[in-house]
Amino acid sequence: MPHYTASEKSAEVVATGEKVEVDGTLTVLLVGVGGQGTILAGSLLAMAAADAGLDVKVSEIHGMSQRGGSVSTVVRMGKKVDSMVADPGCADVVVAFESMEALRAQEFLREGGTLFVNDEVIVPVSVAIGTFEMPEDVDGALDGLGAVKIPAGRIAREVGSPRSTNVVLVGALSTALPFSAEDWEDAIARRVPPKTVEANLEAFRRGREAAARG
Amino acid sequence: MQLLSGNEAIAQGLWEAGVAVGSGYPGTPSTEALENLVKKDGVYCEWAPNEKVGLEVALGAAMGGVRALAAMKHVGLNVAADPFMSAANTGVNGGLVLLVADDPSCYSSQNEQDSRYYASFARVPCLDPCDSQEAYEFSKLAFGLSEEFDTPVMLHETMRVAHTRTMVDVSGEREEVAPRPYTSQIPKYVMMPANAVRRRAVTDEREDALIAYAEKTELNRVEMRGRKVGVICAGALYTHVREALPEASVLKLGLTWPLPPAKIAEFAASVDKLYVVEETCTYFTEKVRAMGIEVSEPPAGPLPRGGEIRPAHIRAAFGMGEPPHPAPAAGLPARPPAFCSGCPHRLVYVQLREMNAIVTGDIGCYTLGAVAPYRAVDSVIDMGASLSMAHGMELARAPRRTGRPVVGVIGDSTFAHSGITSLLGTVYNGGKGTLCILDNRTTAMTGAQGNPCNGVTLAEQAAGVSPLDVPAGKPLDIVALCQAIGVDEVELVDSQDAREIRRALEEAVSHTDKLSVVVFRSPCRLIDRSRRPRPVIDSCQGCGTCIQIGCPALGRDEDELAVIDPNQCIGCGQCLQSCPFGCIQEGE
Repeated sequence: MPHYTASEKSAEVVATGEKVEVDGTLTVLLVGVGGQGTILAGSLLAMAAADAGLDVKVSEIHGMSQRGGSVSTVVRMGKKVDSMVADPGCADVVVAFESMEALRAQEFLREGGTLFVNDEVIVPVSVAIGTFEMPEDVDGALDGLGAVKIPAGRIAREVGSPRSTNVVLVGALSTALPFSAEDWEDAIARRVPPKTVEANLEAFRRGREAAARG
Repeated sequence: MQLLSGNEAIAQGLWEAGVAVGSGYPGTPSTEALENLVKKDGVYCEWAPNEKVGLEVALGAAMGGVRALAAMKHVGLNVAADPFMSAANTGVNGGLVLLVADDPSCYSSQNEQDSRYYASFARVPCLDPCDSQEAYEFSKLAFGLSEEFDTPVMLHETMRVAHTRTMVDVSGEREEVAPRPYTSQIPKYVMMPANAVRRRAVTDEREDALIAYAEKTELNRVEMRGRKVGVICAGALYTHVREALPEASVLKLGLTWPLPPAKIAEFAASVDKLYVVEETCTYFTEKVRAMGIEVSEPPAGPLPRGGEIRPAHIRAAFGMGEPPHPAPAAGLPARPPAFCSGCPHRLVYVQLREMNAIVTGDIGCYTLGAVAPYRAVDSVIDMGASLSMAHGMELARAPRRTGRPVVGVIGDSTFAHSGITSLLGTVYNGGKGTLCILDNRTTAMTGAQGNPCNGVTLAEQAAGVSPLDVPAGKPLDIVALCQAIGVDEVELVDSQDAREIRRALEEAVSHTDKLSVVVFRSPCRLIDRSRRPRPVIDSCQGCGTCIQIGCPALGRDEDELAVIDPNQCIGCGQCLQSCPFGCIQEGE
């Protein structure tokens, strides 16, 4: 039976990773549409950070915000993390799993921060039924924010695992953070279902490459 | 170290403290505490049909001599308030912990009441952790506190504690706690007037003892930094205060009832100005001011009265600017939660909209019938209210005066929770009208839990038993129950069949001299993941009728013609039934 309780597999911190130190607190905001896998992506990030010896807090929204609504997960990492929430102008990295959700989250991005965006648009029901109109130039607005666009859905389909779109984006995210590729891959291998490890590792690597190309 | 949510940490802490019995009703953000506890050895956990039952089960277990937990969300405590208030006077035998999870900003709730007022009202000690480490530690000591002071203990958390994963240093050792002997103690446990009056005096004495405890416990700690600003705070807000005001001195309260007057006065005297940072209410502010201690208003403006408080609010109230950032985007289309593709509630609401019914609604996913494109729910108040309020609407002769039928709509789990007594009241008093039970075979909103209607117990749920399997529990026969209660007409209808839905509802509302219950049954898409081929649209007329059923898989192309998103379509066939021109056919 489906559940969105955090997986027990992700609970244990192995702390075998290469130790990393950061100044202050790093804040990563993951936003998307309910069902896109932001929670798993947040778990992978938290595991990589915890294994690298950092204090970590991961804040998730459950309940009513699922069911296809806007969702967000905040991961904060550092020597000692206080608050678990992200405030406007405080996110070092924003990863948007959908283009319009990137714009919805834009105020959280700090000056000089990095914005990764899955270049896909999921049209909300509110637009289909005529309550709202689509914004005119999503692409231009993203360019204005200096967004790094990742064709995550396409890459996931190419590696034969359409559900790994989130892991492609984790790959992109990994290029903006100080954890080694091995630590990330170790987290993926521990966290995803055994049968999907290879496809997810491939999705992760392709996401890294896509981010490097910018 | 482990990275645990507050609820996981609470399950771990209570388990290590030897909890033997857990009961409660699912409710965001409390649900995962029991779901995690049931997976551990040596503890029995169950879902109760509602929070009142859950607390009574836990109270019975505690009175019987073992350590027991009752878990619920804040509004659940309204339902359980009756046993809670009396249990505060009887006290316990084995320890009793009441976990209550509040939801500031109403992420998944109908209000944002602060449960600590209940602790204060009942005079029950209240523990308030700020992160998962404290959630674990406070859970471990809660039973000891309960037994030492012979009182239930409230373990209070907010969504930010419940659903934030933080690092926890876990011992993993369970304390073996022998059951305490049980002896009949009529003056202690039988709350008839003469005994209740005497027990009140016991509660008074206990309050004094608890205040003395609050003054010396390390649960309340002073962190002296600068003298200029002193802040009283608790829970997740403590972490926000540390983030926003790193120079401030803090009195961090881990025990938020009773408060320690001497400790607060001493802290107030040690700083130039004393502030309180709290959200949704003025719980601390009122109490501290009542002690005759001055609480200052933040220098640059008040904190928000309602909703969650974040570090940015605290910075603003203390006159600190925001870091530069892009302005919030304007004019974006809203993306509220919506019924899933294939959701069995959808077609019922399409029909209720069609009938322009006055719908008294209830708590669950089907509350979403209130939003576009349905806008077909007139009220949502509390669990079970749909059925009793429909009766009230009938008594107000609303159908005759408005020309609109009144329909009460409730889900299966909510019906078991408190709809049955509502229905009983209507039948008993000869009420007429139409009531719908949307039976999707699960408690969907909180993540597909077992409940009395699907017969899946919490232990079976943890073992992966689906309501679509045949659980060992006894699924409630809703139809037979309604008949046994004495409902005039009871019908079972497939909620994926638009024509049958229409027929059944039109028939039910036409019987103005009868009480009709229509049970609409089809499994939630969270428990039935099966897919059928995507339908095919051929020569679409662009009328938009299918779009207005509000399926996330349906959209329009540049020519305003309907298109189906292959990623989101599960082949349920709801759109096919809605097309007036027959342009949507089954796929292959």
